[in-house]
Amino acid sequence: MHPVVKTVLERLGLGLATLFFVSIIIFSAIEMLPGDFGQAILGQAALPETVAAFRQELGLDKPAYIRYFDWALGAIQGDLGTSFSGRNASGADRSAEVVDKIAPRLWNTLFLASMAALIAVPLSLILGILTALYRNSFFDRSVNTATLTTISFPEFFVAYILILFFASLNQIFPSLANVDPDTNFGERIYRTALPAFTLTLVIVAHMMRMTRAAIINLLASPYIQMAKLSGASQTEIILKHALPNAWAPIATVIAFNLAYLVVGVVVVEVVFVYPGVGQLMVDAVRTRDIPVVQGCALIFAVTYILLNLIADIIGIVTNPRLLHPK
Amino acid sequence: MKNKKENSTLLQIKDLKIEGFSDERWHKIIKGVNLELKRGEVLGLIGESGAGKSTLGLAAMGYTQPGCRITGGQINFDGVDLTKRTDSEKRKYWGNRMTYVAQSAAASFNPAHRLINQTTESTIRAGLKKQNEAFDEARALYDALNLPNPETIGERYPHQVSGGQLQRIMTAMAMSPNPDLIVFDEPTTALDVTTQVEVLAAMRDIVKTYGTAAIYITHDLSVVAQMADRIKVLRYGEEVEEAMTRKMLKSPKEDYTKSLWSVRSIQKPEKKSKDIILEVKNVDAFYGSFHVLKNINIKLPLGRTVALVGESGSGKSTVARVITGLLEPKIGSVKFKNRELPPSLKGRTKDQLQKIQMIYQMADVAMNPKQTVYDIISRPASFFAGLTGANLRKRVIELLEQIDLDESFIDRYPSELSGGQKQRICIARALAANPEVVICDEVTSALDQIVQEGILKLLGRLQKDLNLSYIFITHDIATVKAISDEVVVMNEGQVVEQGLKSEIFSPPHPEYTELLLSSVPEMDPDWLTDLLKARNY
Repeated sequence: MHPVVKTVLERLGLGLATLFFVSIIIFSAIEMLPGDFGQAILGQAALPETVAAFRQELGLDKPAYIRYFDWALGAIQGDLGTSFSGRNASGADRSAEVVDKIAPRLWNTLFLASMAALIAVPLSLILGILTALYRNSFFDRSVNTATLTTISFPEFFVAYILILFFASLNQIFPSLANVDPDTNFGERIYRTALPAFTLTLVIVAHMMRMTRAAIINLLASPYIQMAKLSGASQTEIILKHALPNAWAPIATVIAFNLAYLVVGVVVVEVVFVYPGVGQLMVDAVRTRDIPVVQGCALIFAVTYILLNLIADIIGIVTNPRLLHPK
Repeated sequence: MKNKKENSTLLQIKDLKIEGFSDERWHKIIKGVNLELKRGEVLGLIGESGAGKSTLGLAAMGYTQPGCRITGGQINFDGVDLTKRTDSEKRKYWGNRMTYVAQSAAASFNPAHRLINQTTESTIRAGLKKQNEAFDEARALYDALNLPNPETIGERYPHQVSGGQLQRIMTAMAMSPNPDLIVFDEPTTALDVTTQVEVLAAMRDIVKTYGTAAIYITHDLSVVAQMADRIKVLRYGEEVEEAMTRKMLKSPKEDYTKSLWSVRSIQKPEKKSKDIILEVKNVDAFYGSFHVLKNINIKLPLGRTVALVGESGSGKSTVARVITGLLEPKIGSVKFKNRELPPSLKGRTKDQLQKIQMIYQMADVAMNPKQTVYDIISRPASFFAGLTGANLRKRVIELLEQIDLDESFIDRYPSELSGGQKQRICIARALAANPEVVICDEVTSALDQIVQEGILKLLGRLQKDLNLSYIFITHDIATVKAISDEVVVMNEGQVVEQGLKSEIFSPPHPEYTELLLSSVPEMDPDWLTDLLKARNY
C-alpha cells in the first residue's frame, strides 16, 4: 500500500474515533442542561403522573447510556430521531423527523458557505501571494490594514454597514436573504450576496495573512537564494519555489475558516433572516428540542473533522517527502 | 560553445566594499578587496568564518545577500560593471553565464521539484537549450560526475538521494548552462571525507573539461590545495596575501597565513594505561526497528582519551547516548569502574550521573539563551555538589579560571560570547559536576581552526590537571591526531578496530580504515591526483 493511502486511512480512522468521542460529549452536555422538556412543555401546573407519562412516550425515562446507543445507532443509519417540537400538552403530534428539519436548512447553510468560500478563498490566496511578492510596500500595508479592519469589527456591524451601502442607500441587493426551496438558482445567488460578502470580509484576513506569512517564511530558505542565483524572477520565486512548499499551513487555515462558515454564522443568518442551520440550532436550544440540537451538533462535528481531514491530505500530497518516500 | 579565449580576464573586482546591517547599524564586511580571474582559472578563497569569503564569492556574481549593500568599487564581469546593473539585468547573467554551488546541497534544492527539473531550470529559462536537449545533457553530466543510474536519478526528489549525490547534482546544475564562471561556496564542507574525495574529483574534472573559471571558497587548506590554481587568503574582509597554490603552500609570507597552516600540526604523544574506567560491553541498540549499534565493545582507560572516529551515520553519537543512558541498549551493558550502570538515565543515581558529563557540537544551542554564564555553570555545581551562596559563586569563578576566562564573563548571556568562548562555557558546565568521564561530541567541528587549537589545548591541559578520561567523538582525523591516546574506528554501527593511535595510524589497516585515512586531504597539491591514480579511477 502506498504510504499516503495508509496515512489517509489512519487519519480517517482517527477522524471516526474523534467523532465517537464528540458524540459522547454532545450527548452528555445536553444531558447536563438544566430543566426538563416534559416539564417545560406541560407547564408548572402539570401533574407529576402526566409529566412521567409524557417522558415515557418520548423515551426520556430510559437510562442515559441506552438512549445514547439508540441515538448513535440511528445516527449511523442517517436517522437522527424525531423532533420534540410540535408536541404539546393536548397530545397532538405534529412532530417532524429531525433529518427533515435539518436537511433544507443545511442545504441553505452549505449554499451560503460555498458562495462565501468561492469568493473568499481565491481572493485570500491572490492577496496573500501579491502581498508576499510586494511585501512592505504601500499595497501590502493597505491590504493588511483593510483586512484587519474588517476582521476586527463584529460580524453584525459589517453586515449592517453592507446593508446600509448596498441595500439601503444604493438598492443593489436585497437586505433580507429569505430563500425557500422553490427559489431558483440565480435568484438564490442574488439574495445571498450580502451575507456571502459579509462572511468573506470576516474570513479573508486570516487566510490571506497565513498565505503571506507561509510564503515569506520560506523566502529565507537557502533554496530560494539558490533560485535567485539561477536567475529566477520574483514572481517565479514566489509561485514556483515558495508556494509549492507552503500549501500545508495554508490548507489548514482554509479548512478552519470553511468550517467556521458552516458552523459559526448564526449572527449573520439572524441579521439577514437567512434560514440556515445556525438559526435552527439556536431555536432548538431555546425550546429544548434535544434531538435537533444533537443532530446539528453532530453535523457541525462532522464538518470540522472532514475539513481538517482534507487539509491534512493536502498537506501530505503536497509534501514530496511523504508522497515520494525513499 | 561560447567564445572562450584563453588567458583573457573574465572577472575583475576593484576595491570592492560591502557593508552588512546588524545590531541597528552598518558593519563593514568587505573592506576594499581586489580580485582578478582569467578564463578557465580556478581561484581559491580561504579564511575563517567572518572573513567575508562567502560575501565576496556572491559579490563576484553581482549578488548581495538581503541586509547587505555594496558601498564602493567595481565588479567587472566580461567588461560589464555589475555594480551598476539592476537585478533584472543581472538575472540574465545568473544561472546562465555565472552559476553558484552552495554549501548545503540538502537545503539548497527545492524539496518540491524533481532533480532534473532543477538541474536544467536556468538553462531552459535562459533559452539556451530546449527541454529534451537540456535533459539529455543533464543526464550526460550526471554520468560524468559518477552518479549512480544517471539516466533515472534526475527523476528523484532531493530527499531521495544522499548528501554527496546532491552535491554532485548541484555541480551538474551549475554546469548545465555551460557558464563562464562557477562560484563554489564550501561545497564539500558538509560531506564525509570518503564522499568528499569523489565530489572533489568530479568537480575538478568537469571544471577542467569545460574550461570553466571558478572561485572556490573554503576554510580547508588541504581541499583548496587540490582545486585551485591560485589562492587568496582573506581575514576580516581584507586580503592577507595571494599567490599561486604551490608557492603559497611552500612559503606563505604572512604570519596569519602561517598560523592557518600550523594548526593541523598539533600532535599529542600517546600514553598507555591499564586501568579501565569505563567499558561498553557487547552493546546492541535500536532506533525503533533500525539496528544502529551492532555488538559494540569499547574500553576507556583512566585519564586517557579515546577518539571515536567514523562518518556520519556510523553510530558514534549513539554510543554516547548509550553511555549517558539517554538510549537504553537492547543487549549489553555499560560498566563504570567495573560496576554495571543501570541502562536508562532514570535508573541512575545522582552520583552515577555526576561522574559522566557531556559537551556538545553546537555550543550555541546547548545553552539556554536566556540564562547568564553564572546560571549555566552554577546549576550543576549546586545540583551535584550542593553548593550555595558565596561558595557557589567562588566555585563558578574558579571554573571560569580553569577555562581561561575571567570573572567579568559571569553576567554575560550566551549571545554576548564568541564561538570559542561558548564552547569553553560548555566545558566549564561539564566540569562543574566534578566528572571523571567527559564525552565530547564533535566539540570542535563547528569552530575555526585557530579556535579549535585553543579548545583542544585546553581539553588536554584539563585532562592532565584533573585526571579526566575523554571519549572524543569526531570525524576529523587531524583532531584525532591532536588529542587521542587510543582510537576506535566505527562504520555502519560496528567497531572496525580499537587500538593505540600509533597502531591504528600505521599500516596494515582493515579495508575501511584504509579508505577513511586515505581520504583525508593533505596539503600536497598532488594528493588528489595521486590518490585517484592509486585507486584506479
